[in-house]
This record gives sequence, C-alpha cells and structure tokens, in this order.
Amino acid sequence: MNQKENFTKGFIKNNPVLVLLLGMCPTLGVTTSAINGLGMGLATTFVLVMANIVISLLKSVIPDKVRIPAFIVVIASFVTIVDLVMAGFAPALHEQLGLFIPLIVVNCIVLGRAEAFASKNDVLSSLIDGLGMGLGFAFALTLLGGIREILGSGAIFGFKFISGDAILVFVLAPGAFIALGYLIAVVNRLRKV
Amino acid sequence: MEYIIIVIAAIFVNNIVFAQFLGICPFLGVSNKLSTSVGMGGAVVFVMTLATIVTYLIFQFVLVPFGLQFLQTISYILVIAALVQMVEIILKKISPPLYQALGIFLPLITTNCAVLGVAILVIQKDLNLLQSVVFAFANAVGFTLALVIFAGIREHLELMGVPKGMKGIPIALVVAGLLSLAFMGFAGLV
Repeated sequence: MNQKENFTKGFIKNNPVLVLLLGMCPTLGVTTSAINGLGMGLATTFVLVMANIVISLLKSVIPDKVRIPAFIVVIASFVTIVDLVMAGFAPALHEQLGLFIPLIVVNCIVLGRAEAFASKNDVLSSLIDGLGMGLGFAFALTLLGGIREILGSGAIFGFKFISGDAILVFVLAPGAFIALGYLIAVVNRLRKV
Repeated sequence: MEYIIIVIAAIFVNNIVFAQFLGICPFLGVSNKLSTSVGMGGAVVFVMTLATIVTYLIFQFVLVPFGLQFLQTISYILVIAALVQMVEIILKKISPPLYQALGIFLPLITTNCAVLGVAILVIQKDLNLLQSVVFAFANAVGFTLALVIFAGIREHLELMGVPKGMKGIPIALVVAGLLSLAFMGFAGLV
C-alpha cells in the first residue's frame, strides 16, 4: 500500500467518525463549537500519531499475550502529556473539554489503530496512518462543531454573524445527537452515489 | 436526603448518556435487542460501582500520599482493566449463571468511557467514599435506564419504513436526540 493511500483512507474513505462510527463520546460531547471540535481533534491526533510510532517501534518487544495492556499504558502516557500541556498552555480550552481529555485513553480509534495497524506495520506507515486517521477525526469534529455553532449560536469559530437568537437546541445535548444523525445520513447518501 | 438528591440528579437530570455523552459506544452498539441491553446494564451497574470504590481508595490512599495525582489516568485505566478481568474470573468460578448472563459484556466494559469517566468525576466533584458509591451506582442505573428505553424503541424502529440513508445509526441518533430532549424536561428538578 503506498503512503498517499495510507494517509487519505483515514480522511475520507474510512473516516473514523462519519464512516466507522468510532469515538462517539468526544464527538458528541465537545462539539458545541468549531474551535472545541478542532482542539479535541488535534489533541487526539497527537495521541494517535505518538502512540502509533511508539507501538510500532515496540512491536517486536511486546509479548503477544499482554499487548493490549501494554498499548493502553503507552496511550495513557501520551494522554497524560496532552492533559498537562493543555492545562498549562491552553487553560480555557482545557476547561471546555474537561473530562473528555483523560477519556482519550478509552477512545476506540486510538486503541483500534494500535491493534489493527501499528502493531503490524513499520514506523513510517504507522505515523502516516495515525496522522491520516487523526486528521480525519479532527475534520469530522470541526465539521460537526461548525454546523452546531452556526445553527445553535449563529457564529463560526467564535465570529458571530447573526444578531439575536439562533436555534439554541443545537448547542445543547439533544442537538448533538440530531446533528450527528443527519450528518451521517448525508455521508451515507454521498457514499452510495 | 442528600443521597436522594445525588440519585435523582444522576439518573434523570444529568443522565450519563443523554446529558453527559459518556458510554455512547455501548449505548449504540448493544441496544438492538431489549434482552442484551438489560444484560449490559446489569454488568455496568456491577463494574461501575466496584471500579469507583477501588479507584477512589487508590486515589486517596496511594496517589495523594505520594503526590502522584498526575498518574491518575494511567493507574485508573489499568485498575479498571484488571478489575474487569478479575470479576470475570471470579464470576465464572462462583456464579456460573450470572457469568452466563453478564459474561460476554464484561470485556466490552473496559473500553466503556462511562466507567473511567465516573471514576474521574467523583474525584473532580470532591465526593466522599459513600457519596461516590451512591453517585456511581446511580449513574450506572441511569445508563441502564437510557439503554433499555432506547433498545425498546429501536426494536420497533426495525419494522418502520425509514429512508435508505437514515437506516441504522443515523435514525438511532435522531431518536437519541429526541429522548435527550425529553430528559431535558427534568432540568431544574433538583
């Protein structure tokens, strides 16, 4: 498989959120605005890339029987790094994303790529795979965050273009489910034609 | 009284699925049939309560005294994974019928973000041990309630004429949105 295909498969054909339906909790939980979605997406991308690299390097050392706990320790270490760095340098975003930062550990995408890809492939391919998947995740979150922000508060990336009220429900919990439902329906439709 | 408020707040007002978006993967994954959703709910109640007790004790008596709070995420996930394995082995030995009922759901729970989420939440909210146990139990019951209601609706949805693109997950998400809207009616209750 060439590297270009390796990169784009996560972005479009196998987008983790819109096609594979992985990582639903952060997708629904943090996408109240485009910037939150982007922040969460990039944090996850960092964890994915670093975990993929390290696991790919260690794949011959880790015994097969304990590979899942070993992967989890690697992933949890990088999540802790992201958590602490974000608390230090972007406290406002850290506050917004809250609980969902430590919960990157249990994001199925990260462990899924470690198990399905990084533990079987070389470092460069794993890096590119992680980057593609991560950016695909970030793209989906930013898209959903953007849609909810436009509909729910009449703004995009914090820039308000409607004065007065918008459809408030889209920034509340129910709006997350409904917006994602319709977004996946549209993606399903586009994939079939 | 204080505990009743915790219970009502966790089950209805801040429902773990509909308001906090935790445990969405099993919520969408095992809600096709009513019977499996009850089994999953039972397993979550069991593991979430137990995991919260254990992680709470580890945080207060191991991490805090040694100033290792930054290891919270790593230690919690390992403890939860080990605990789930242990529960599985013990159940298999002492109560085969219960193992039969919950067995297949137990491995899935390790990656259920609701369990880790609640374990972290009780520390963030600064609850004491008994409050934490009540909080975890109530959240797990809230999860089960959401799962069972949702599974009941999805069983009927199977028989409906849904537009092609909306079949499966999209329509399920829209239904979850409407349920979440209904649960918003409980806001302000406590």
